[in-house]
Amino acid sequence: MTGMPLLSLAIWIPILGGLLVLATGADRNAPLARMLALGVAVVGFLVTLPLFAGFDTTTSAMQFSEFAPWIPRFNINYHLGVDGISMLFVVLNAFITVMVVIAGWQVIQERVAQYMAAFLIMSGLMNGIFSALDGVLFYVFFEASLIPLYLIIGIWGGANRVYAAIKFFLFTLAGSLLMLVAVLYLFVEAGGSFSILDWHKLPLGMTPQTMIFWAFLIAFAVKVPMWPVHTWLPDAHVEAPTGGSVVLAAIALKLGAYGFLRFSLPIVPDAAQAMAPLVITLSLIAVVYIGFVALVQTDMKKLVAYSSIAHMGFVTLGFFMFNSLGIEGALVQMISHGFVSGAMFLCIGVLYDRMHSRNIADYGGVVRTMPKFAAFFMLFAMANAGLPGTSGFVGEFMVILGAVKFNFWVAFLAATTLILGAAYTLWMYKRVVFGAIANDHVAQLQDINGRESAFLAILALCVLAMGVYPFPFTEVMHASVDELLRHVAVSKL
Amino acid sequence: MNFVVPDFYPAAAEIFVAVMALAIMLATTFARRIATALAYGLTQVTLMIAAVITLFSADASTALTFSNMYISDLMGSLLKLMIYFAVAVGLLYGRSYLADRKMDRPEYFLLALLMTLGMMVMVSANHMLSMYIGLELMSLSLYAMVAFDRESVRSTEAAMKYFVLGALASGMLLYGMSMIYGATGSMEFSGITQALYHQAGNQTVLLFGVVFLMAGLAFKLGVVPFHMWVPDVYHGAPTAVTLMIATAPKLAAFAMTMRLLVFGLFELAQHWQSMLMFLAVLSIVLGNVAAIAQTNIKRMLAYSGISHMGFMLLALLSGVVEGDRHFALNAYSSAMFYAISYVIMGLASFGMVILLSRAGFEAERIDDFKGLNKRSSWFAAMMMIVMFSMAGIPFFIGFFAKFAVLQAVVAAGYIWLAVLAVLMSLIGAYYYLRVVKLMYFDEPEDTAPIHAPADVRLILSVNGLAIAFLGLLPQGLMSLCASALIASF
Repeated sequence: MTGMPLLSLAIWIPILGGLLVLATGADRNAPLARMLALGVAVVGFLVTLPLFAGFDTTTSAMQFSEFAPWIPRFNINYHLGVDGISMLFVVLNAFITVMVVIAGWQVIQERVAQYMAAFLIMSGLMNGIFSALDGVLFYVFFEASLIPLYLIIGIWGGANRVYAAIKFFLFTLAGSLLMLVAVLYLFVEAGGSFSILDWHKLPLGMTPQTMIFWAFLIAFAVKVPMWPVHTWLPDAHVEAPTGGSVVLAAIALKLGAYGFLRFSLPIVPDAAQAMAPLVITLSLIAVVYIGFVALVQTDMKKLVAYSSIAHMGFVTLGFFMFNSLGIEGALVQMISHGFVSGAMFLCIGVLYDRMHSRNIADYGGVVRTMPKFAAFFMLFAMANAGLPGTSGFVGEFMVILGAVKFNFWVAFLAATTLILGAAYTLWMYKRVVFGAIANDHVAQLQDINGRESAFLAILALCVLAMGVYPFPFTEVMHASVDELLRHVAVSKL
Repeated sequence: MNFVVPDFYPAAAEIFVAVMALAIMLATTFARRIATALAYGLTQVTLMIAAVITLFSADASTALTFSNMYISDLMGSLLKLMIYFAVAVGLLYGRSYLADRKMDRPEYFLLALLMTLGMMVMVSANHMLSMYIGLELMSLSLYAMVAFDRESVRSTEAAMKYFVLGALASGMLLYGMSMIYGATGSMEFSGITQALYHQAGNQTVLLFGVVFLMAGLAFKLGVVPFHMWVPDVYHGAPTAVTLMIATAPKLAAFAMTMRLLVFGLFELAQHWQSMLMFLAVLSIVLGNVAAIAQTNIKRMLAYSGISHMGFMLLALLSGVVEGDRHFALNAYSSAMFYAISYVIMGLASFGMVILLSRAGFEAERIDDFKGLNKRSSWFAAMMMIVMFSMAGIPFFIGFFAKFAVLQAVVAAGYIWLAVLAVLMSLIGAYYYLRVVKLMYFDEPEDTAPIHAPADVRLILSVNGLAIAFLGLLPQGLMSLCASALIASF
């Protein structure tokens, strides 16, 4: 297996498969499009498994590397590789894609082929982002992934979808265009190299470092999203179809956070250290303030969207404390959030498909008509609140521990998430699921079918497994995180 | 003074096109019944054979002929090939459009061929006079083509405006040329370079000359503040003609800029670069901002074209930094790559407008693109590719065009220019996205089936896919531009 270009397969199988699905065309071929899409997604997932199985946990070097000249005119190379930081996201992404295809099976009845194709192509592009080791290759995947998500929100989204789609696109483009200038500057400074690994070694003065840091910060902060550039996310989440929300929360938000680890910290370590208080402050605002904002939401999707922002605040907080507990905790939190937020949006999707409402006030007493669903939803809500035994707890706990080492008050504020998260999630859960049956619509609800049980069960399994035994995940990232911290500790000035 | 027979061989393609133009004129007067089809067919064949001639005579060496008034080099050959291609595709897209409006008279194709000849001469001019002759041949053909729909008041008005302003610009160009001649004593580009190198001539006269040259060039490129004709002419001309104005002449204007400024006035780079900066910044800002307000797709594309030309100028002004010419090749080849990419995208964008038009209906409003995904998901995808490419989103050629230019700008140290340019592309992204939004998110207003001949559908599809393909693998075209410039310097 090692001889196979696994990363290329992980990128191009979904993209080419997506084009193939697109070729099935009209909606009368929808069953074929669905089967084909599922097949492509499963194969795309299977090829990422050897990445996990064959991963060498003892080294921080890039593994499964592939190298081919792409545009020699500018010394741009098709250079792929994963380390302990990025590998898990490739697997997670391929996994979530399978879930999304299954989740959209019955709900999407219009332009099925285009829907499935958009998700598959996006999945391939995002694998490209996580495995690119060339600055331009990264940028190209980073930008191109906007197109499918723009279309997904705009075509299959809710009432206000056009506004949300354009806002999403322009916000993220605004960030990444500045990054392009930074990338070009690094190219010139590095004497004509776009290799990210070369940039890691490139000495830079403090002023350029600060400028580059800002360019990257804007690009990635929009994507994460960090307070105060988070406003596109609730809009996008609310308007996106279920699958779009899942991918957005589970994978797309991780791109920004991943960018911090791959670009900001190693390329401009001194600026990153100097700016850490700023980022930590923004992260804490996201955790505390956005937590309160989530509390008052009346729309379930908006609530989970704000909870995502708060959770991602935890991730950026973990990164900028520069200790291994913080960074590893943040990475675990990212993976866990991929499962949990994905599952939360799928649960809301299950309700929405039946009731066509995301309004918390329209629900009540769902447990009486959908007991199986209520059980799954309970588990995911608990995970979202960070209950021990679920994956949500591990990452948050590690970050808080890291924060205690760093500064007591930071840890204190960060720990409020355990209360706030529990408050907004469980309160929402109580209002939706418990109590008397609110109205006739709830009374007529059908419990989840086999297909829905299947994907919720798989996700539940992941959440529990990661909560009980997180070692395989932390083991994978250990060497790379240690190397990153060693690298960041050395000044480039 | 003895008469020396010049070497005709380097100019074989031009001579062939000129002869064919006359032959077509004669043939169509004798074969009246099939005149249009004959003229169209012969024009396409002429372009094809001219391409073959250019291809086979292209080599790395530079040949001068006609007392050094004419130069044949690799840059010229590459641009000429692109011009044949753009004209041929443009005629193909426009043919049924013209037939639907009873405008497909043989003269149209004849004018197109003469315009091509004019552009070829411009591309290969090594002397200010031959440059001017080529320019006028191209412009006069275009004026007539804009006015081709003689019943339309708007077309006539556009032609009038184009002609008057064009004449003014030509006048300025000539005035600038005369000043340069006065200061350096030479009309030939290498002669001017020599004279400037030896610091000959009065600096004031020279600079005045450069300013007037710049004004003329800016008009032909259609950049701010000499852009006023662009939206009106694009809007007023029949779409098939707009397509012609918007594509190949940009390459000729690029060649003219290169020959005059780089091959002729390179010693004055510092001066003309600062003027270019002024033009480029204004064009990018105004082009992108004004495009947002447009409801007519031809006007929107006109303003977008203004901003694209501004972007191309960004690369041209990054060639020389404080006397260091180290960046020149990189910068100029990026500009050339940008110009060629823009022409490929421009062909597809106006091709789409023509595709949606039919007899008695002009698909001119942006709203006419509403719900295109429901009418034809294939062509909606093609238009989406064009729009995202023009917005500079990967994996499309427009991204690498912008990338190459920004790279040159950053290498020259103008970080602020690069930041300004990307911020303006963000504004630009909005109006391109709006077209995608209309096609994909809205319901169609116009539900008539798309009727277009098979050849148009095929070539338009190839054109759209080429934008995607060249975006995935831009190396070939990029290195072609680079090696053409290396050979020509």
